Amino acid sequence: MAPPQHRRPGFSRKAQYGLFVTYVVAIAGTIAAALLLAISIADPAGFAALRAAGAEITAPVARVFSTVRGATQNMNATVAAYIHAGSKNAALEKEAKANRKKLIEAQALRVENARLRGLLKLTEEGESQIAVGRLISSTSSSTRRVATLSIGRNFGVERAQPVRGPAGLIGRIIEAGPTTARILLVTDSENLVPVMRVSDGLPAFSAGLGNGTVLIKPLNLGESPFKVGDVIVTSGNGGLYRPNIPFARVIKKTSDGALAIPFADPGNTPYAVVMQPYQGEARAAQQAAAPDGETKEVAE
Amino acid sequence: MKIPVTAIRLPTRPAREYESRFDREQSMLKMLAIPIASVALASMITALPIFTDEPLLPPFGLLMFLSWRLMRPGLLPVWSGVPFGLMDDLFSGQPFGSAGLLWSLAMLIIEIIDSRAIWRDHVQDWLIAAILIAAVLLGGLWIAGMAHAAPEPIVLLPQIILSILLYPLAVRICARLDSWRLAT
Repeated sequence: MAPPQHRRPGFSRKAQYGLFVTYVVAIAGTIAAALLLAISIADPAGFAALRAAGAEITAPVARVFSTVRGATQNMNATVAAYIHAGSKNAALEKEAKANRKKLIEAQALRVENARLRGLLKLTEEGESQIAVGRLISSTSSSTRRVATLSIGRNFGVERAQPVRGPAGLIGRIIEAGPTTARILLVTDSENLVPVMRVSDGLPAFSAGLGNGTVLIKPLNLGESPFKVGDVIVTSGNGGLYRPNIPFARVIKKTSDGALAIPFADPGNTPYAVVMQPYQGEARAAQQAAAPDGETKEVAE
Repeated sequence: MKIPVTAIRLPTRPAREYESRFDREQSMLKMLAIPIASVALASMITALPIFTDEPLLPPFGLLMFLSWRLMRPGLLPVWSGVPFGLMDDLFSGQPFGSAGLLWSLAMLIIEIIDSRAIWRDHVQDWLIAAILIAAVLLGGLWIAGMAHAAPEPIVLLPQIILSILLYPLAVRICARLDSWRLAT
C-alpha cells in the first residue's frame, strides 16, 4: 500500500510540529502505561475499582447471554433425555437397586457419626452460605483464570470468601463490586488450596496450572503416593475453605505429585454458592500476626 | 384532505430524495466513532459467558486494533495504543497497564516498520501482525508472571495460533466497517 500522507508534512511548520508532538505523546504515554503497570504490580488491589466498573458496565449483557446459554443447555438436556429414555430407565433402575444398600449403610454411619460428635462435644456449624449466584463471564483470553459472579456487595459478597458449585470447589472472591464480584478460579496458578486425599486424609497442596488442570503436591517429600482416580477434597487447613468440599480427581501421576482435574467446571456449573470463610476469626488473627504486620491476603 | 402515499414513503430520511448525489459530506461522527467503538467492543468480548479451561479466546481487541492500524495507516495516531490498551486491561484480567504498555510498544514498532518497508501487501501485514500478536501475548504472560504466579508459556500456543489465523478475518471486518465509515 502507499505510504500514508501524514508522514510527509511538507514545508508547513505547523504540520511538522504536529507530527513531532504525536511521537512525544506516544512515548510519554508508553512511559505512563509502564508506571501504571508498576503500580498495579506493587499493589494489585489498586485498580480494583476501575475493573469493577468495567464488569458492572458489561454485566447486563453478560447476564442476558448467560440466561440464554442456560436455557439452551437445558433444552438440549431435555431433548437428549427423551431420546435416551428407555435405555436410561433400565440403567437407572439397576443403579437405584445397588444404591439402596449403600444408602442404608450411610444412614447408619451418619447416626454413629452424630453420636460420636456428641461425645466429643463438637458443634457442627451450618453450611453458612452467604448468597447464591451464577458465573456470567471469565477471562478466557488472558492467562489469569478469573471469572465474574452475577452478585456482589448487594448480597453480602466480600473479598476472601470461598465459592463452590454443586460439583465442587470453584475458587474464591478476590474483588467485590456493587453487583458483581470476581472469582479467582482454582485452576489459576496463583490459587493454592490445602487439600487431602479422601481415602486416607493424606495432606497436600493444589496449585493451578492455568490449563484446566491442577497440580497436587503432597506435603511430605518422597515418591508420589497418588494413583490415577484418587479423589481429592479440601482439608480445611488455613481456615479459608471448609473441609470435605469435593475438589478434583487425579488423572496422571507425576514424579513428585499428581495432575488432577477439578470437579467443578466453570463453564457448566448451574449456580455458584458463596460461603463464609471456614474459620474467619482465627484466620484474621493469624494474618494480623504476620511478621511484617500486614495482611497476607492475595488481592488479585 | 387525504395525504398521498408518495409523500410519506421515506419517513426516516425525508430530504434525501431531493438532495444532490454529488459532493456529499461524510459524517464526522461515523468516521471517528466506528474505529474506536469497534476496538472497544472487541475488547469487551471477554465479558460474554465464554468459559475456557486455558487461555484460548483470541484477544479480539488487539486483532481489531492491529487490523485498523495495518489496513489504514495514519488513521489511528501513534499514541492511541495507550488508551485502547488501558481499556482492554479493564476487561482482560491482566494487571492494569499491561496492554497499555504492550499495545503502545506494538504501535511504535509498526511506526518503525512503516518507515523502512513502505510498500507492503496483505501477506506482509499478516506476518507483522503475527509477530506482534505472539509478542504481545507472551509479554502479557511475562507481566502477569511478575505480579503473580503464572503458568508455563506453552499454554499460550493454541491461543497464539488461533489469533494469527483469525487476523485476516479481522481485516475483512475492518474493511467492511471502513467502507461503511467512509460512505456518504
